[in-house]
Amino acid sequence: MIDVNATMARLERARPGTVILWTLLFLGGVVMITPIVFMAATSFKTGQEVYELSIIPDKPTLANYVFILQESKFMRWMLNSLWVATFSTASVLFFDSLVGYTLAKFDFRGRHIVFIAILSTLMIPTEMLIIPWYMMSRSFGWIDTYWGIAFPGLMTGFGTFLMRQFFMSLPDELIEAARIDGWSEFAIWWRIAMPLVIPALSALAIFHFLGNWTAFIWPLIVTNDPDIYTIPVGIASFNGEFQMDWEIVMTASCLATLPTLLVFLLLQKFIIRGIMLAGLKG
Amino acid sequence: MAEVTLDGVRKLFGSVTAVEDFTLSIGNGEFVVFVGPSGCGKSTTLRMLAGLEDVSSGSISIDGRAVNNIHPKDRDIAMVFQNYALYPHLNVYDNMSFGLRAKRLPRSEIESRTHDAAEILGLGDLLKRRPGELSGGQKQRVAMGRAIVRQPKVFLFDEPLSNLDAKLRHKMRAEMKLLHQRVQTTTVYVTHDQVEAMTLADRIVIMNEGRIEQVGTPDEVYKQPASQFVASFIGSPAMNFATGMISNSSRQTILETHSGVDIGLASSHVVQGRQVHLGFRPEHMQLADVAKPPKGHISISGDITVVEPMGHETVLTCDGGFGEIVGKYEGDKHFRPGESVYFHIRTDRLHYFDLETGIRI
Repeated sequence: MIDVNATMARLERARPGTVILWTLLFLGGVVMITPIVFMAATSFKTGQEVYELSIIPDKPTLANYVFILQESKFMRWMLNSLWVATFSTASVLFFDSLVGYTLAKFDFRGRHIVFIAILSTLMIPTEMLIIPWYMMSRSFGWIDTYWGIAFPGLMTGFGTFLMRQFFMSLPDELIEAARIDGWSEFAIWWRIAMPLVIPALSALAIFHFLGNWTAFIWPLIVTNDPDIYTIPVGIASFNGEFQMDWEIVMTASCLATLPTLLVFLLLQKFIIRGIMLAGLKG
Repeated sequence: MAEVTLDGVRKLFGSVTAVEDFTLSIGNGEFVVFVGPSGCGKSTTLRMLAGLEDVSSGSISIDGRAVNNIHPKDRDIAMVFQNYALYPHLNVYDNMSFGLRAKRLPRSEIESRTHDAAEILGLGDLLKRRPGELSGGQKQRVAMGRAIVRQPKVFLFDEPLSNLDAKLRHKMRAEMKLLHQRVQTTTVYVTHDQVEAMTLADRIVIMNEGRIEQVGTPDEVYKQPASQFVASFIGSPAMNFATGMISNSSRQTILETHSGVDIGLASSHVVQGRQVHLGFRPEHMQLADVAKPPKGHISISGDITVVEPMGHETVLTCDGGFGEIVGKYEGDKHFRPGESVYFHIRTDRLHYFDLETGIRI
């Protein structure tokens, strides 16, 4: 039988904690959503109204959107970003999982050294790599090319590490059974191992795609031609030397957020699972 | 079907010897079981046969062809793993036909072979299901199905029934035997369960610490165990042992046990003064009312410590003075701990093993 008194007592005890928890969550939510609301509000404001902190514009306008879509290269930048992020993500999924699988399931001399070398790349900040990347790009003629924007992210230490950990959890017998069944090592990786790590692949794909979509420093450095700009670089280009058109920047940011919002809504389940699995990024 | 030969096979893991000088010839269509305790090297030997482990030295051949350096897929073998190793993302049909697709057989042949195997194993209704939706016994059947569709020269089974409960294990054992009678493929089967070994094998290979202790038919290893290890491993409950020296006392040969209790042996082929383990099986001990044994028997007495009624028989664990002895009794009499009992054992059912080497005398 349920002890009503005990249950009530437990609820009484839990209540202050629950209240604090919900308050913290609410405050966290407000902190997270305020800039987005403000960004959306600003996108409907005119230039004169930008510095007013009102959420609802006095004279709402769609002029900013019309300007962005008709008079800037925004759609071109969207396509550039989409192409670079998709290509880079596909490459990461292929190479990181292939290397991760090899490190997890093949026993060869120097395996641990290779793994540690790959892991150690995680400790080098991007800012340190930018100069060598730029020198490479200049030598190979990759400035102002999609390849130039994408090449540093075609393989990642993080992705390799993540995939290795997942492949390690696959039972060796599955691989051995497929080996006896007569499949090549590549076919075993593709047909057996890969389908079994789809949650990890999804997490990696989402993180990498979003990371590329919002990447700023490297695309800014490696591109000079506005036709090659990615979205963040394009948005930044609205800032003039003496003048900031915040309403335009905010409108462009709103539009740039839409695909990521869409990705989040569609893949919400995978993102949450991915965060839980990776335990590193968010 | 194929003959399999292992000649002086040795496996080292670093400085540890897992398998030492393993020599065995397996005949066409024979069902051979490797049995032994955990870590005795039986699975390693099977994995070397499959090509999943390299051979440190020695040679393995299948149908006269040396396979030491041949890839597992080219050895024409099929293996069933302990945890079934079914591909979780594929349904039963795809699991079973996976190997055939690798061989690029025509679709019609893949279909007919897979359906035939499913028919044999009673999996016809489960072909669309994924492994996660199957019971342990069904998974086991799918794993077997995956092996038989390939129509290999040799089947390799690595403790395939150890994840099943006792009842299902018994059922699957019978099915496996039936399957072998039907397909007559050379089979090597690894288990640590001596009951499985006895019931399934044409020949049993008993292994201990990487070496073969004995190779023989189930009858041979049971009746003529080559060593004390084999004697203690085969049979359930295990064989009883009394350790001591053979000597003569008042015109009778006796075993002077190390604990001071003498066991009258009537006669023995073992020379006097030799230190031995005297072995006798629980099922060969007849409960008696009197201490004096009939002709051709010896007598052992003991105080009951544990009574285990099994329904059809009662297992009695006793303190024999020289150590613990286990006897079986098939009858209606009830026993209590503390009671004294006598057992009579035919002298031709006694086993003598050298104390130092453990080898049968």
